[in-house]
Formats: sequence, C-alpha cells, structure tokens
Amino acid sequence: MSDMTVQGGQEVIGVSRIEGPIVIVEGAANISYDEVVEIRDSQGRLRRGRVLEVSEGNAVVQVFAGSTGLSIDGTRVRFLGDTLRVPVTEEMLGRVFDGLGNPIDGGPLPLTDKYADVNGQPINPTARVYPRDYIQTGISAIDGMNTLLRGQKLPIFSGAGMPHDQLAAQIVRQATLGAPAGEKPETSEQFAIVFAAMGVKHDVADFFRKSFMESGALTRVAMFLNLADDPPVERLVTPRAALTLAEYLAYEKQMHVLVILTDMTNYCEALRQISNIRGEVPSRKGYPGYLYSDLASMYERTGRIRTSEGSITQIPILTMPNDDITHPVPDLTGYITEGQITLGRELHLSGVYPPIAVLPSLSRLMKDGIGGPAVVVHSGDTAGGSQSRLMDKGTGKDRTRADHPHWAAQLYAAYAHMQDVRALASVIGEEELGDVDRKYLQFGRAFEREFVNQSLTENRTIEQTLDIGWRLLSILPKEELTRVSLDEIKQYYKGE
Amino acid sequence: MSEQIGTVTWISGPVVRARGSRHVSMLELVEVGEERLVGEVIGLKGDIITAQVYEETSGMKPGAPMFGTGLPLSVELAPGLLKSIFDGVQRPLPLIEMQTGSFIGRGMRLDPLYRKDRWKFTPSAKVGDEVTGGAIIGIVMETETFEHRIMIPPDLSGTLSWVAPAGEYTIEEPIARLKVGKEEKELTMLQRWPVRRPRPYKSRLGVTTPLITGQRVLDTFFPVAKGGAAGIPGPFGSGKTVTQHSIAKWADAQVIVYIGCGERGNEMTEVLQEFPHLVDPRSGRPLMERTVLIANTSNMPVAAREASIYTGITIAEYYRDMGYHVALMADSTSRWAEALREVSGRLEEMPAEEGYPAYLAGRLAEFYERAGFVETTNGNQGSVSIVGAVSPPGGDFSEPVTQHTKRYIRCFWALDKSLASARHFPSINWLDSYSEYLEDVAGWWREKVGADWFAMRNHAMEILSEESRLSQIVKLVGPDALPDEERLVLETARLLREGFLQQNAMDKVDAYSSVQKQMRMLDLILHFHERGLRIVKHGAPISMIHNLPVVDTLIRMKTEVPNEELQKMDDIQKQIDEQMSRLDLEYR
Repeated sequence: MSDMTVQGGQEVIGVSRIEGPIVIVEGAANISYDEVVEIRDSQGRLRRGRVLEVSEGNAVVQVFAGSTGLSIDGTRVRFLGDTLRVPVTEEMLGRVFDGLGNPIDGGPLPLTDKYADVNGQPINPTARVYPRDYIQTGISAIDGMNTLLRGQKLPIFSGAGMPHDQLAAQIVRQATLGAPAGEKPETSEQFAIVFAAMGVKHDVADFFRKSFMESGALTRVAMFLNLADDPPVERLVTPRAALTLAEYLAYEKQMHVLVILTDMTNYCEALRQISNIRGEVPSRKGYPGYLYSDLASMYERTGRIRTSEGSITQIPILTMPNDDITHPVPDLTGYITEGQITLGRELHLSGVYPPIAVLPSLSRLMKDGIGGPAVVVHSGDTAGGSQSRLMDKGTGKDRTRADHPHWAAQLYAAYAHMQDVRALASVIGEEELGDVDRKYLQFGRAFEREFVNQSLTENRTIEQTLDIGWRLLSILPKEELTRVSLDEIKQYYKGE
Repeated sequence: MSEQIGTVTWISGPVVRARGSRHVSMLELVEVGEERLVGEVIGLKGDIITAQVYEETSGMKPGAPMFGTGLPLSVELAPGLLKSIFDGVQRPLPLIEMQTGSFIGRGMRLDPLYRKDRWKFTPSAKVGDEVTGGAIIGIVMETETFEHRIMIPPDLSGTLSWVAPAGEYTIEEPIARLKVGKEEKELTMLQRWPVRRPRPYKSRLGVTTPLITGQRVLDTFFPVAKGGAAGIPGPFGSGKTVTQHSIAKWADAQVIVYIGCGERGNEMTEVLQEFPHLVDPRSGRPLMERTVLIANTSNMPVAAREASIYTGITIAEYYRDMGYHVALMADSTSRWAEALREVSGRLEEMPAEEGYPAYLAGRLAEFYERAGFVETTNGNQGSVSIVGAVSPPGGDFSEPVTQHTKRYIRCFWALDKSLASARHFPSINWLDSYSEYLEDVAGWWREKVGADWFAMRNHAMEILSEESRLSQIVKLVGPDALPDEERLVLETARLLREGFLQQNAMDKVDAYSSVQKQMRMLDLILHFHERGLRIVKHGAPISMIHNLPVVDTLIRMKTEVPNEELQKMDDIQKQIDEQMSRLDLEYR
C-alpha cells in the first residue's frame, strides 16, 4: 500500500480521540471536507483515511484499514489536500486490486498519469442516451421475461446459499449484444468487465476468477477485492473505485462495460457501522437516513451518454437477510435500480437452476428493448438538433421479435394464475380442480422445469427461448390466452 | 451583487456553518466558497449561520467565504419555461451540458431562462390603465398554440405610464412602465418569485371538474378533481412511475410540471426523448410543448432535491395565474422527505418517527395545500392539481410519509405489489384506494358523459368487492362449491379486472381511453352481467357462459375498439344479446 503515498501536505502528530475506525484530529488548519489522509502508527505503518467532517482546527477522519494499533500520541496524520483518487487506464484490465485500487497481484502500479476522483460526478439527464439495445444472456428467465439492456442496472436479489454467483458468472460468460430472433449477434465489439467484491469470502473471489479464466475473459477483467477479512471501512471505497475505472473505460475508451458488485449487503453494513459510531440518527434497522442517496450515488453511475459509444451495465448482487425483500438494503436498491432478478428459495430447493422467481422479478427497461424493429423516429422541427443526434444511437433496430411483449405478458399472467390454482390444489386436492385449472398446473410445472430450468452451460438463443414459451403456452386452451393477439395465436399456438 | 457575510467554520455533507453577520435572514440565498456554490440559510443562532448547499461540498475548507445575496431562493418566470428541463434549483440542464459536458460540474452559475430569445409581444393593456398584481398586460405565443399571458407581478399595482408597442422583445427588455405612487417601475416579461411563498389568488373555488387522465381505473373509479391532490403510494416495481408518466401524457391539463425528485436518471431521459414525439390529443402539438421538467435525480445533491418540489409548484402556480389548468407530478415525495431527514440529521435536530423531523407533516401540508381551483387575481379561473408519488419502505403504508400524506390528499391510489407481480397494470388496488372527489365530480360526468355514470360505477365496485369476499371462500373450497349466480359475479369481476381495470400504457389504442369509451365499456360489461344473471336463473350453466365467444371480445375491446370508433361497441352489445339468448333457449 505504501506505493501509493503522495508526498506533501501538512502533518499533525497525535490525535485527540479514537473510536472504532474513526479518529478525531485537532490542531490542523486548512483541511477540506472529503480530503484523503495518510495515517502512520507508532511503528511507521501506513494506512489511509478520509475526512468526514471538518470544523475550524478539527477533523473527523475515517480510517479505511481500521484503528487497530493506533495510539493517541503516536499517530501521525498527513492531510493530502485532495479527495480520494484512483488511477484509471486500460492497462488495469487483467489486473487485481485491493479495495482501494492498489495492485495486489504482484504486478507494478498501472502506468498512467490519469487519476480520477472516486466519487465521480452525476450524469446530466440531458446527456444520457436511453438504453434500447438488449443483451442476450442465454438465460430464458432473463432474456424472455426480464430482458437486460445495455446501460441498465439490474441487481440480483438472492439469499444465503443460493447460486447467485453461478448465475452472475454465467451471465458474464454468455452475454452478447442481442440480435433479432433468428439472426446472429455481432461479437466484435469492445467489452470489459469490472468486478468489485465487498466482504465476500476468498472462495467466492476465486470462483469468479476461475470462471473468468475459463471463459477466456480474464484479460478483459479488472478485479477490485475487499474480502471478508479485509477492513470493512475500505468497502465503502471499493465499488466507487471500480465504477471510476468503469466510467473511464466506457465514456473515454468507448467500451461496453459490465460491472458486477457483490455483495451490496456487506457494503451497507459497513456504512451502518460508520454511521453508528458517529452517533447519527438512524432510520430503519439502524441504517443511516442517507442510505438511499448513498446507494444511488453508485447505482446511478450506470448508463450511456451521447458523447461515447460505450456503456456501463451494472449487476449488483445482494443477499437479502433472512430472504426478506422488505429489508432496507434490497428495498432501497429496488427503488433505485431498473428492476431486479429475484431468486426464489422454493425453486432452489426443488432443484431448479437458475432459481429465478419470475413474478417478483422485473426489468423496467425491457419494454424498450424487445419486440419487432422499433419505428425510428425522425425528429421534426420541434425537437431541435440535439434530439435527432440522440435518436441515432440505441434505436432499438436489433430488437427481439414482434410477439415478445405479448408473449411475456401472457406467460406472466398464466404463471401468476397458476400460483392461485396451486394454492387451491393444496387445499382441496388436485383431483377436485376443473379441467382448465389442471392444465394450468401442468403448465406451471413445465414452466419451471423446462423454461426457467437450464444447465450452467446452456446458452439459449432468444428464438429458442420464445419457442419454448409458445410450446408451454400451447398446453393451455386457446381461450385462456387473452394477452396475446389473435394473429399471434394463429402463427405460434400449437395446441388444439 | 453579493457581499461576504461570513466565514465557514464547519462542513458536513450538504450542511455548512459560518460565523459572521447578524443581518442575514432566514431562507436567504447564499453563495459558499470560492466556487460560489449556491445554498440557502436554514438556521441562525447568534452570529452562526447554518446553510444547506445545493451542490457537492467535497474539497471545501473552513475559512472559505460565505456571500449573501439578500434574496430568498426564487425562480425565474417568463416565456421559455415550457419545453425546458431544469435541476432542483432551476438551473437549465442542457446549458450545463454545453458548459461542463456529460457530467454535472460544480459552481455553475447560469440563468435559468435564455436571455437572447426574442418573443413576439402583443400588448393588451394601454397607458393609463389602473392595474393590480396579476393583471394581464399582453400576450406572447410561447409555442405555436400556447398563449403565455404577461402579468403584472403579484405584489405590484399602479397606473401604466407606458406600454411597449407590439414587437419582439427579450425577457429582460422593458415592456411597460408602472407608476406606483410617485415611483415609476419598469416591467419586463421576466419576474422572480420566492419558491417557498405561495403566489396569491383572489379566492378558492370548489372543485367540480375531474382531471381526465384517460386511465380507466382513475377516471371511472377514483377520479381526482382539477385543483385536487392525489397520492400514489406503492412499493418498488409497482408502477408508480409508469402511472405518473401516463398521467403526464394524457391528463387534460394545459400545462404539465413534472418533477423527478430523487429518482432515476434514465427515467428523465425517457421523458425527454419520448415527449417531443408524442402528440397531445387536444392541441395536436408535441406533448413536450406543454411540459416543464424538473430533474433532480437520486445522485444529484440532496439539498437541491428538497428545493425541487418548491421550484416546480411555483412554476405551476405562475401558469395557473394566467388562467390555465396545470397538473403537477412529483415523483417521489418520499425522496423529498428523505432529503429533509438528511439535512435535519446533519443539524442534529431531535427526530420524530423513523428519524424524520417533527416538521415533516407541516411541510407536506404546505406543499399539498398549494393545489387548488382558484379565481386568480385577474379574474380568470385556473387550477393546480398535484399527483404525488410516495415510496414507502418495504411497501409498508403505515410509515410516516404515507400516513402524513394521507392527511392532506383526498384521493389515494394504492399500488399493489401482488397485482404488479401478476402484471396487472396499472396495479391500483381497487379495494384499498379511495377518492373523496367522487361526489364532487359526479355532476360533471352526469352532464357531459352519461346520466347513470355514478350508479354504474358503484354497481361495478359492488361486483368487485363481492368478488373479493367470494374469493376467500373459493380459496378454501374451490369455485365449484359456489352457486352459479355467485360464480357469475366472479366471471363479471374477471371481465372488469382484465377488460376494464387493466390498461396497457404501451398499446396505441389502449393507452388513452376517452370518457365516452370508458362509460360504454363499463356499460357493456354490466349489461353482460345483467343478461347473464337472467339466463343463469333460467338454468344456463356458468361454464357455458364462460365459454361464450363474446367473453373474449369483451376482454379485447379495450385494444380493439379505438376511441373514435365507439359504434363498434353496439355490435358487441348485439353479440352479447344474441349469444345469451341462444344459450337461454337451449336451457330454458
């Protein structure tokens, strides 16, 4: 870590209070809010921190590596006069970094003179390009029912013991830019993966590394690792460091970047810890009132902008404590992200992989990336020049297939109705059900076994996904299919 | 224009304290640091000034200067507001983009309205006219069809001593001179108004006209009146934003103010890219031409989020004062309340429920009370209707923001996660929602649409609540245990749910239902019920009714019958009669 020292800045010897990872420094002048500090303990070991609050001559400093070994008189704090910055360069792909962006793979410091502020800056809504290009992940429950778009933030809501890591790795392996059903997707575009681990176990990090290696993507991956036994406070920086690199790659180097953040629950716990020590007024479950804004400052660093061809797509992973979707972490995440992929415990227990519970899952942007070719709108005089520029990109010309929106609505409706039937069957018994309802049960079972369920290596095209869906819908009588149009029934329905 | 009033002593996030002058007033606009970040005074104690800053404070140091402006936080009001997009403190986002690129930089000082545009002014007042605040002295065509009425600022009155001849003027050029006592004041099209002070009006009028949104579940079942306030609470993914967008697109208001308050960037981009291409069914012009957007997304500074709601409502009141009907969407008021909480927390105020400050209810009341149908000071009639989204944590409606909001709105559209999961959109739960405006607007419906609207609407509600009771039994014993009359209720309720309440915002035909179509659809479904009831009594089995082809037709009529071709509905009615009669004959 000492490689990263920046010389200069004023130094204060001795601190006035140490409380958990927070130290209070007195007698320093000219400190700025959010400035980075270097802290040396009496043995001369170095760690870094950040100013959380300043008043005249006083600073509240958060120490990333924790305060173990710091003493009141023996601690020296150097104020570096700048906010936290990380190096950004293309060379960082294929490398492994710690949670603060320092290399830990034995390699040298990335060679660059470009250091970017980890906090980033908000994207101006007028500069964004609305996402319209879908990503084919090869996973039916995602491509068909919760389509992921380039520039979308779509978290995976999971629980302890569920295969969210496998799912994320499969998405990374298989993701390609989508093409209309029946056509081949282009593969020549520049892509990169930025992976940030917050408080996850060594095994999990290894799993991802191995998985990237197997898919031959390792040279396109930058990993930022803050593992379970690393200092928790560092976690507050890890996703920001990763996103800062992602922004550079996407908006300056025109790459399509997929960002995986795991596990956001650990991040939020670190934030809660700092907030509690500072004695802030808690809101729900002890989390600080600004948790929403804090999460948004990371999730919103997703998207596309007009001045670059590149994009950032985010897949944050979070484990819901006790599978509770109303817990503040998944709850606030769901309010910020553009949908969520929810994993279901029951499906998992019944051996379905990926155990994606389609009903509580959602992709908000899906509607704009699926269906037949979009009508390209040529802006008239009313919109002005900027508008026509912005319609050039992401026109949605590579959408899926015209029946996709109705098809998905029908599958959702049928599967939702099947849940009611299943509940009823568990009370009165399956034999007591009417013919149609029994068909629904049959449909539901087939849906879980044949549509949602697929192997870890199965990469379905969008056409295959749509066809499986129609085959399943054909189990039901035609009259039940009110969400699809009569023409679509004529074309695709295979039942009697 | 501004002098130093203090020196910064303490910084924590968006809240800074400075020591200095004792002549600063509460809610005065201040500029902090060399970058001159804009802020607002929110506390004074001796010589300590506490301010919330509308921009990111990273890198700011104690010792930095604080400048006063002597003015409260105000918005600029003039032609050019429509079609614009501003941040929470009315900085124009497109200009910021031109200056700092794709990312929002700090310390940008930009005029909200473009100064160089020339507007064609046509005077309507003449020299010697005695005018009071709000009086209209001329008009400007703000878009091809929108008449922007130039008014005397609300707190001025006097005699016009000069009025500019018709011609093109910028918003800063004088267009009139007003003699106030001995003084003569020069008037421009541009005026400023402090955002936290409601603009005055002559009197409040009763609310009797519904705000037609083209959304069947809203217009027919839970209507909001022009000048009313409605709340849409719902957990994430339940369709708050889609509902808000639908209302912004289709509501029969002349001006829409849309506030994206702490929400997603992509959503604002969607509005920005979509609205210029959607045509307002009433004026035939792009929807953007009646829209003002305020975007303070979730990653933009939190204090500006707090201000965004006031910025929006002040602009809405300005258009109301011209005599227009304005609808304001605030998405989401919970994020605004959280901004209050965050600032309150940094001030170390004593928290009330869930960390929210004790004045939360008061602030909500102040906001919602700015809705209203009024007689303006110039004798016109105008209204501001507010539709506020609420994002209760975990979808729990008992949390403080939802509960306090309920006290100040009269129309409650409860979004339901389980409906959303089943892709029933708009996922407004018909049993939990209510509208106290029903009686107020019943007269309008009776007069303009159909005499028996109220009775029909209530009959449909009865069927739906009966269904909810029956489905409890069905869950225990299955539907076969019910007598056929009751199973017909389930069947009709299904038609109401799938054929009427569900509405596809993405479908060309279905996105907007005229009131005539809504009424006719309801009429047909109830007709089906009535006929069905009769033949069930004669012995026709429910399974045969369920299988009638017309059932499918009734579910599909929302997408198959456009607003302009309602005569097709007569044909559907014929089909009901024929098919039912045939069945009746068979089983009689």
